[in-house]
Formats: sequence, C-alpha cells, structure tokens
Amino acid sequence: MDIVKTKELVYEYIRKREDGSIEAVKRAVDDVNITVKKGDFVAILGHNGSGKSTLAKQLNAILVPTEGTIWIDGKDTKDESLIWDIRQTAGMVFQNPDNQIIANVVEEDVGFGPENLGIPTEEIWKRVDESLKAVGMTEYRYHSPNRLSGGQKQRIAIAGILAMKPSCIVLDEPTAMLDPNGRKEVLQALLDLNRKEKITIILITHYMEEVIHADSVIIMDKGKVVMEGTPGQIFQQVEKLQELRLSVPQVTELAYRLEKGGLLINNKAILSVDELIEELIKWKKTSQCVNRK
Amino acid sequence: MGKERGGDIIIRDITIGQYYPAKSVLHSLDPRVKLAGTFLYIISLFIFESLSGYVLAGLILLLTIKASHVPFSYIVKGLKSVVFVMMFAVFFNVFFSHGQHQLVKYGVISITVEGIELACFMAIRLVYLILGSSLMTFTTTPNQLTDGLEKALAPLNRLKIPVHEIAMMMSIALRFIPILLEEADKIMKAQSARGADFETGNLMTRAKRLVPLLVPLFISAFRRANDLAMAMEARCYRGGEGRTKMKPLKYKRLDYVGYSLVASYLGIVFVIENYII
Repeated sequence: MDIVKTKELVYEYIRKREDGSIEAVKRAVDDVNITVKKGDFVAILGHNGSGKSTLAKQLNAILVPTEGTIWIDGKDTKDESLIWDIRQTAGMVFQNPDNQIIANVVEEDVGFGPENLGIPTEEIWKRVDESLKAVGMTEYRYHSPNRLSGGQKQRIAIAGILAMKPSCIVLDEPTAMLDPNGRKEVLQALLDLNRKEKITIILITHYMEEVIHADSVIIMDKGKVVMEGTPGQIFQQVEKLQELRLSVPQVTELAYRLEKGGLLINNKAILSVDELIEELIKWKKTSQCVNRK
Repeated sequence: MGKERGGDIIIRDITIGQYYPAKSVLHSLDPRVKLAGTFLYIISLFIFESLSGYVLAGLILLLTIKASHVPFSYIVKGLKSVVFVMMFAVFFNVFFSHGQHQLVKYGVISITVEGIELACFMAIRLVYLILGSSLMTFTTTPNQLTDGLEKALAPLNRLKIPVHEIAMMMSIALRFIPILLEEADKIMKAQSARGADFETGNLMTRAKRLVPLLVPLFISAFRRANDLAMAMEARCYRGGEGRTKMKPLKYKRLDYVGYSLVASYLGIVFVIENYII
C-alpha cells in the first residue's frame, strides 16, 4: 500500500503586481511523480530552491498543487472535506523548533494535537505518555520548552505530531538549526520511530549523513526529481551528485577516490567507515595473493 | 568583573504578573475562583466609604498573602513598577482639590483637608488593588489563567465574542515573551558590537536609539507568527469548536469553600457599609 503517491505534480508561485496582473511565475515543483510505501524511511535531498520544502508542504495539504494530484493514503489533498483527515495521517514537523511549540509546558504542547482532534481527556493523557516515551523526553514533561536544547525541542515537536497517531511523519529540514549533537538525537529518534512503531518517515534535508539509513532517497533539483534509488545506488554516482552541488559523505568520497586511483575494486558505494575497513582488508588479502605469484 | 550589558535590563524590569511556584491552598485553587475572588475584591474596594472597610480589606489581604506562601517582600517588589502612577494620582488629588477646609490657596493650586483625605484613601486603594491582583498572578500559572478566563467568559460566546480565540492568543503571547526578549537581547548585542550605544544619553536619545532595534524585532515576530500559524494548522487546529481539553477545569470541594469565603466577605462588607458607620 502506498502512503504517498503523486502524479504529474506541479506547484507554481505566482507574484502579482499591485493591479493584479501577473508579474512572474516560478515553478517550484515541476512534474513530480513519486510513491512512498507504508513503513518506509524516505529521504528527499536537494539544494536550496530545489522545491523540496514546497513538495513537503503539499504532503500536509498546507499547499494545494497547481496541477496534478497527490494522494495521501488514497485521499486527494484537493478535497477540502478531507483536509483534517490528511493532516492527521501525514503529520508535519518544521525547521524552527521555537516556532512550532505552542504551550508553556512540554506535556501540554504534546497534548495540543489530540485536543484539536477532539480526543477524550483520558485518551489524551495516554497518548502524551506514549509519545513522550517514544522520543525519550518523559523526564522533561513538566519543564518549560524555553529551557530545552534545540534537539530536545525538536523531539518535543515530533512527540506532538506522534500524539495524533499519524501513519506518516513529514519533516521539513528538522535538523537545519541544530548543532551536531542535536542532529544525532533527532535522527536517532526518527530511526527508532520508523523501526519500532513502523511509522513512515519522509525526511527532507540537505545533510548527506542523514540519508545513509534511509530505505530510499529522492534527489530534487530545480523542482524536478533527478535521482531516485537506495542510498547505495545514489552514492555510487559521485560525479553526478557533485554536478548537482551535493556533497557525498566523507567516507564515500574517500572510497570513491581510492577506487579512482585503482585501489579498491568493487561496484558498490561505501556508506560507513566499517564497510570501508572491510573492503580494505579484502583488497589487502587479494593484493598479497597477487604479489606472491 | 564582566557584568552583562544590554538586553538584560529589559528582562529584569518585569516582575509584576509573574508566577511564583509554591505549594499552598491558593495555588491549588481553581483559577475561576481566584478570578472571581479578585474581581469582587477589587469592586469591594471602590464601594468602601468607611475606615473600618479599609481595615477589613487590609486584614483579608494580609491573610490571603499569608495563605499563599509567597514571601511578602516578593509581593511588595511588584509595587515598585507602579509607584510613579501612584505618585501622579496622589499629587493631583492633593494639589487640585475642592473642599470646605482650605489650607493653602495659590493660583490654581489649592490644598484642602478633604483632598488630602481623598488622596490617602486613593493610595491605599491602589496598593490593595495591585497587591490583590498580583497575588492572583503569583499563584496561578499563565495556562491556568487563560483556561480559567476561557471557561469563565464562555457565556460571552453567545454575543459572538470569540472567547476561545482570545484566550489562545493570550497564552501564545505569554509563551513568546521570553523568546522575543531573547531575540531583542541578541539584536541589541549584535548592534552594540557594531558600535550602537544603548546606555548613554538622556531618555529621549535613548528612546530614539531603540527604533533600529524594534524594526528587526517586529519583522522577526511577524515571521514567527506566520510559522506558528502554519504549525498549528498542520496540527489540525481549527478554533475552539469540537476541541477537548487535556486538563479540563473541574471544581473540587476546596473551590466551593473558596467561593463561600468570597461570598461571606462580600456579606460582611455589605453589613459594615450599611449598618455600621
């Protein structure tokens, strides 16, 4: 079952002059066809202005496509009557953690979503408990969000979405404003949610390191999907990525350069230090064999 | 020793209307009881005409302060910020008053016995009013306060007054005060680093220098508001209709005791004003 499916999706930003005539049209999303399977961890990568945030906002029905269609769990986002249903199915976490926390106490903020959905009080408490536990923030439940670190605030925001029991969470550059530690915290929380709770994660980012653990990667440029595949497949094409001004993880680049220099002979991209070590050991053994001959 | 300069000046000044965390009967009281109590207390202050009334109101105030477990000195600090307003009121009452027992008359200035009396009572009233209402904010969290207001003013919904929306706006404003203060502090420091001077000069020049601080602050506040609105919509917020509460307000026995105490206070005030002079 596909949780997200788009068909010939187009979104245009229209800038108007004061008299109402059209001054400029910018096509932010251009003919995008993607599908996301239930339970997957999908990363959408792209440079600034590649249209990835615009795409994300359409998944939550904040923006409605200019042309084409998006189905979230089979529901068309153009249908006004389904809008709250869609927002509950595909929850959304934004970039700035400060600007999405509403309440003055952590647990009350997590309860905000369920309150809006009209969930009975006891059930709200249950959901808040579960959500805070899932992101590892239970001990901060009585704190004020102002005193928390960026990574902790972002985890609270994720818990707030989680309490609405979505089947899919869309995150629009959730780690862009965080320090390296905060980034790790948030990414770990997302991986846990994906594996333990089987929640579909759509992560929009421009950090290559966050993409390694994804099931599939979609790369966007100038509003179009330019590459699609597993992290292994994507990172094999180092040159194409560099053309798109995207950097690859350091280990991958090192392996790529070693390969170019004739050191490693394999046809897959190296994504972690361990993999590189393994390959190096293999290479050493084979090269020793060659020497002995 | 490096004392922090710049924005912390603003933050330090805000003492009134803050919450003082403690465990007391007053803290655990339903916010609606406290709202009603404070409101009626303030009204009672303006009914009094006799000295015994003032004594009674003062006694009640002292008792509630005692019961709130908030240190007396902490409450009195809140008065500092309104001393200026109080002096102003007293000044006008003393120097521009009418009465039979005139003491001084010079041009437009006239001081009378009645005027002095009135000024004294006015000052006492203001002190009671401020202490009483700040006692409420000291013992009630902002969230409880907005929840209480929303519930207490719910009948106004029939007059098409968006009570829920107003309460929501209040609680969001309270949430963003520290964030915007921090932002103001950052902008101030960034501008100080580039040679802006916020600390010397008289009041007028200093006020003028705040303008370049306010512009970026306002722009950022608007941007935040936009982001927040989007985040709220993404979390299915659509106004007060059909919304449930995580922490609904329910009256306990203590709250009924509170209500009856307020009622008996009003009863005593009525008796004093009407039968005892």
